[in-house]
Formats: sequence, C-alpha cells, structure tokens
Amino acid sequence: MDIFKIPWPWYIAGPLIGLTVPALLLLGNKPFGISSSLRHICAACFPANLPFFSYNWRDEIWNLLFVLGILIGGYIGGVLLENPDDIVIASHTREVLSGLKINDFSGLLPLDLFSTENILSAKGLVFLVAGGFLVGFGTRYAGGCTSGHAIMGLSNLQWPSLVATICFMASGILTTFYIIPVLLKFLL
Amino acid sequence: MAFQYSNDLGESDEFVRHKPYTSARNSTGLNFVYLLLGTLFGFIFVKAEIVSWFRIQEMFRFDSFHMYGVIGSAVVVGALSVQIIKRLKLKAFNGETISIAPKTFNKGQIYGSLLFGIGWAITGACPGPLFAQIGAGYLAVTVTLLSALLGTWVYGYVRHRLPH
Repeated sequence: MDIFKIPWPWYIAGPLIGLTVPALLLLGNKPFGISSSLRHICAACFPANLPFFSYNWRDEIWNLLFVLGILIGGYIGGVLLENPDDIVIASHTREVLSGLKINDFSGLLPLDLFSTENILSAKGLVFLVAGGFLVGFGTRYAGGCTSGHAIMGLSNLQWPSLVATICFMASGILTTFYIIPVLLKFLL
Repeated sequence: MAFQYSNDLGESDEFVRHKPYTSARNSTGLNFVYLLLGTLFGFIFVKAEIVSWFRIQEMFRFDSFHMYGVIGSAVVVGALSVQIIKRLKLKAFNGETISIAPKTFNKGQIYGSLLFGIGWAITGACPGPLFAQIGAGYLAVTVTLLSALLGTWVYGYVRHRLPH
C-alpha cells in the first residue's frame, strides 16, 4: 500500500495525466479542459440572462462529474491515503519560504496561509479571495487553463495555446519573485 | 442566443457545437465513467503533488524539474495520442467522429493568461487542483473556489467591454 501513500515521480504522474487527453476523446469526443467547469456552474446556478452563460449546460454535465471526481480523488489521495511525511521540496525553495516566515511544511499547502482560521483575515482576502478571483476571471478570459491550453492545446499543436502558456508561466514567475515576497512580508 | 453572441465577437464559442449533440439522457453509464476518470485524475494530482502550493513555488523559482517534468511528459503523451487518433481516424465509443476544435487566437489569451498566472502563483492552484485541494481536506480553499466562480461570472458580465 505504500506506493499509494508516497509521492509519485514526474515520469509516472505526467504520462498518466497525458493519457487523460485520449481517454476523454475516445470516451465521448470531449476536449480536456477543467476551467470550463466553472463556467458551467455559473450557467447552471446564476446565468442572469447573460449571453455568455446562455447555453445548455446539461450537455456539459460530464465536465461537472469529472471535477466532482477530482474532488473525490483528492479526498482518497490526500486524506485516506495521505502521505504521512512532510512534503519534500527543493531545499532552496524551502529556505526562501522559511525566510519569508512560512513555518508549516507538513502538508501540500502551508497552513500559515491556507487554514480555515485565515478565511476572514487579510491573508484570506489575498490568498483565497483575490487569488481565486484571478484564477476564475483569468482562465475564462484566456479561454482555458493549464489543462485546456498547456496540455490539451499544446497536444493538438495549437499556437494560441502556446502564447497562453508562455503568458501564464511568465506572469507566475514574476508574481513569485516580486509580488509574493512582498505579500508575505506584510501578512505573516 | 449564445450562438449569435459568439458571432458578434467574431469567434466561435466552444460550447456551441455544429454537430448533433449527445444528450445526457442516453449516456448515464458514460457519465459514471467520467466521474471515475475524474477520481483517478484527482488521485494522481495529489500523488504527484501538483496541487501543492509548495510545488508551484518551486516550479516558478526554477528550483526543481518536477512540475516541468509532469507537464512536459503529459504534453508529449497527449500529443502522441492525438496524432495516433487523427492518423487512424478513430471514432469515440459513443459513435462520434473525434474532432478537436482549433483554438482561435484572440488577445484575451494574453491578458487573461497574465491575470491567471498571478492567481496561480498566489493560490498554488489552477482550476483542477482547486477541487483536489478541497477534497484533500483544505476546506479554506472552498473560498478560493467560490471566488473563482465569481471571477468567471464577472468575466461573463463584462466580456463585451474587454479587449479580445
């Protein structure tokens, strides 16, 4: 059972994730893309007569079941078969983050930022609310995320997806080096 | 209505398909398979730790090959699979001919991706991992997900005023 608890190397996990592309195509001619699920939830729950949400979301219910599955899989992998050890990351990253007063390296996310007690604090406002808003707004504006553009789009050799991938990688790198240290300095 | 709107913008809408759709009513069993596939996928997400805020920091700091290896090998396997499917003109199990809509370029892919990159670095999650993080017990991320839904909705609301 140990193999289901310890972290998997990239050369096992990456190809398995890549196989999702043909699996979805062969099952029902579905393109791999996860951020669309957020749009379908909007279309199902609060379409507000907006043209962008006026389509038959029921035809895309497979996508909602897929992300529900991701949640269940997260529970199985992260709770039932939780890695008992601290997360192992590059020592340099750990040193930098420790220097920025991140103390909790026990799980997948630092509880210094992502604990439920922080929801109503400034930390929550920045790392949960503002961050989440940018993920939702940005992926929809871009027409896709890491799965739809980086994996599905690049797999299908689409140059607009390459543009998108370069843009969100560059922006993430700049945010990590220049914005996050400032945020952590003020919030921790 | 969505169809007219997408024409107004001069781009095709990915959810307005020019083909007879397969409705949910004749694919209940298949829907269960999507749930299973998602479960498998979420499990791999957690085991590969790509839903980890730390791993995302490590990637953006160029301190480890791990994330690049995951995404890179996924793209290689995905691209080979797509080539095989196209060459052999395979059909899906539901009888549809497999066709992948091309991505048409618009400036939103630049502006939107730049905004998404900031959010990805801050939350340590793209949309898929958000669901996996909640499942893995990080209940505070529910707030992130709700906020991402709000962001998606606001985009739908202001879309016609944004440069595309």
